[in-house]
Amino acid sequence: MTTLPAPPRASEADAATAHQPAAHQAGTHQPGTHLPQADPDAPPATPLATLGRPTADELFRRYGAWVAAAGLAYLLTQQVLPLPGVPWFLITFFCFGLLTTAVLAATDGGWIEVKNRVVEATVTGGALVVGLALVSTLGFILLQGWRPLLHLNFFTQDMSGVGWASELDQGGILHAIVGSLIELSIALVVTLPLGIGTAVFMTEVGGRFARLVRTVVEAMTALPSIVAGLFVYTVWILTLGMPQSGLAAGLAISVMMLPIIARAADVVLRVVPGNLREASLALGASRWKTVWHVVLPTARPGLATAVILGVARGVGETSPVLLTSGASDYLNVHPTQNTMNSLPLFIFKLVLSGEPNAVLRAYGAATVLLLLVLALFVVARVAARPRKGTSVAARVRGLVRPRRRTAATPDTTPGTTPASTPGTTHPDTPSEETR
Amino acid sequence: MTILPAHDTAAPRTDPASVRPRALSRKATGADAVFEHGARLVGASVLVVTGGVALFLGWQSVPTLQRYGLGFFTTQEWSPETDTIGIAAVLTGTLTVAAVAMVIAFPLALLTALFIAEYAPARARATLVALVDLMAAVPSIIYGLWGGRLIMPYAGELALFLQKHLGWIPVFDVRGSDPNAAVPDATRYVASAFCAGIAVSMMVMPMACAVMRQVFSQTPPGEKEAALALGATRWGMISAVVLPFGRGGIIGGTMLALGRALGETIAVVLIVSPAFEIKWNVLEIGTETVSALIAGRFGDASTGQLSALLTAGFVLFLITLVVNTLAAIIVNRSRSGAGAEA
Repeated sequence: MTTLPAPPRASEADAATAHQPAAHQAGTHQPGTHLPQADPDAPPATPLATLGRPTADELFRRYGAWVAAAGLAYLLTQQVLPLPGVPWFLITFFCFGLLTTAVLAATDGGWIEVKNRVVEATVTGGALVVGLALVSTLGFILLQGWRPLLHLNFFTQDMSGVGWASELDQGGILHAIVGSLIELSIALVVTLPLGIGTAVFMTEVGGRFARLVRTVVEAMTALPSIVAGLFVYTVWILTLGMPQSGLAAGLAISVMMLPIIARAADVVLRVVPGNLREASLALGASRWKTVWHVVLPTARPGLATAVILGVARGVGETSPVLLTSGASDYLNVHPTQNTMNSLPLFIFKLVLSGEPNAVLRAYGAATVLLLLVLALFVVARVAARPRKGTSVAARVRGLVRPRRRTAATPDTTPGTTPASTPGTTHPDTPSEETR
Repeated sequence: MTILPAHDTAAPRTDPASVRPRALSRKATGADAVFEHGARLVGASVLVVTGGVALFLGWQSVPTLQRYGLGFFTTQEWSPETDTIGIAAVLTGTLTVAAVAMVIAFPLALLTALFIAEYAPARARATLVALVDLMAAVPSIIYGLWGGRLIMPYAGELALFLQKHLGWIPVFDVRGSDPNAAVPDATRYVASAFCAGIAVSMMVMPMACAVMRQVFSQTPPGEKEAALALGATRWGMISAVVLPFGRGGIIGGTMLALGRALGETIAVVLIVSPAFEIKWNVLEIGTETVSALIAGRFGDASTGQLSALLTAGFVLFLITLVVNTLAAIIVNRSRSGAGAEA
């Protein structure tokens, strides 16, 4: 049996230092646990500067490998083998980089370390390739398309009476922008109530029929957009004899967007905490009031993201519009009369024409479309952020009628003052929003 | 202070036999019933619209299948002038383009998802996630322009290189062109399934990446820390914990991306030159997909041909539906898929 020495208290420090070594020497054969002694003269401990961080040596090996690889790749592609051009340099650079990383890792670790380093380099390289693809896409479109944007008439005129190949100071894409906006508004008017309404039905009402609806909606997200366009073309235009118009295009976009928005909204509504619903119902709110004042506001950021990303998808889709709207060269604000143009369709037609000026116009329109999608995306990001200072209490305020103190209901019990009613909860109540 | 109701001894006693439990009913009454029926009506209308599309496509396919029979699936040509119509070539073309796209997109999506979930600094993670979402929101026509105008020349060079050095593999062979000639015929190497696949891969990669990243980020931190505490390197931890945990998400995300790749239209129309032939030479000029066929032929089609196009679209829809459903099942069955929105 070992007896642990009692931990020395601060006041007994001197006594302990005087006493313990003696005890230790007296029983050397007896193992025991010794607590470190406080040394009042010791210099203050310095915190470790590189805790969890790579040392200079490691950093040198990590980046030195890639410097060496750059030199080797230069030697191989420019001096030894006739492989001119940046792509070959990058490919050999990456291969040599993996090689030198592996060799350097082998010097300070075994096979396990080699695998670790090589995988790390590969993963980073793969992510860089993707980043490069995104940057090259955005950069390519912006570089090719900034010139038409300098002409003001590009935004204020349409292409009526202007040949596609004519100079850039004539004509513009006003009709395409307006057409895109009109078609998108039609699609939104159709899909927003129907999509969110269906999501509400699937999550709040439920039942066997809701399961059937959910199955069908999920299946329809697989519908290729061109088939949605072909469906509207066959039914609306050929069978019902309607003309090609902005309305038809809006309907085609709706058919494509409806399952997407319904499904995304369903996912968002399903994660609304059930106890919020129960609290609202327990307070006596009707089901509709619960949905309107509790469920939908709680899911608001997620719903906004779902809708805006659906819109970003809808505004860029060319194939449904290609079949249904026709392509006018003039500004047309009537969705039911005559053909209408839109940005993706405008780009598509002009690029296929092959004329240099037409292609330039197409890149200009593509830049506008890209900026539009970027703007929608940023709006979606901002909307997804929870609003500051919005507590659950503030949101359920509309549910409960404010309680008035009148002479008829004297306040006899301090415990039931309105302080406990939801409407007047302390504003510091933490928000339930977890997003 | 709560005041309990006092027991009123003077109240008339009720016979216990006459007290029956109140009947509980989940049936909605009043405003709740209005709400419930309204919601059900909305759901029903959406069911009619979306289900109607599927039913309509199926109904339209009947005359085509009656007329052309099984030959519709085995004929390669699509020449309405001679009344020879079949989707064998366009279906294989669709599969080829999608396969090329997935060969490119799968490793990139996996690496990017791993990078965001495990390697990127925590501060940059939200930005990187937003960038991947942004890639998913970029319109397909813009990827079409990018693939057709910027990447195609390089892709042609790469194709020439591949044929020169790996031409003995049938997939990399390009017929009608000698790669060792002084000036190889560059036009044989562009507008191919390979070029279209590159553009399509950029479109579907963010989708796969988003699903994969989500399941990777749900890996229980305890298991990851356990692996690290046992002395695993970062890759050891990833291969032992993160990848097995996220296997369902990896497969499911890939299949979701495949489903989208099968239906991609505009990028393919902008890039490939149409050719109705079953072939596995992905680097060679010319192929055609179902959706590109519809986009190219709907305008001058007669009623019969239109119904044939609808049938082709229906077949495409069925294939995508099967792929998407399998993906959803795999994601939901997997350990990690409980909360993943696939």
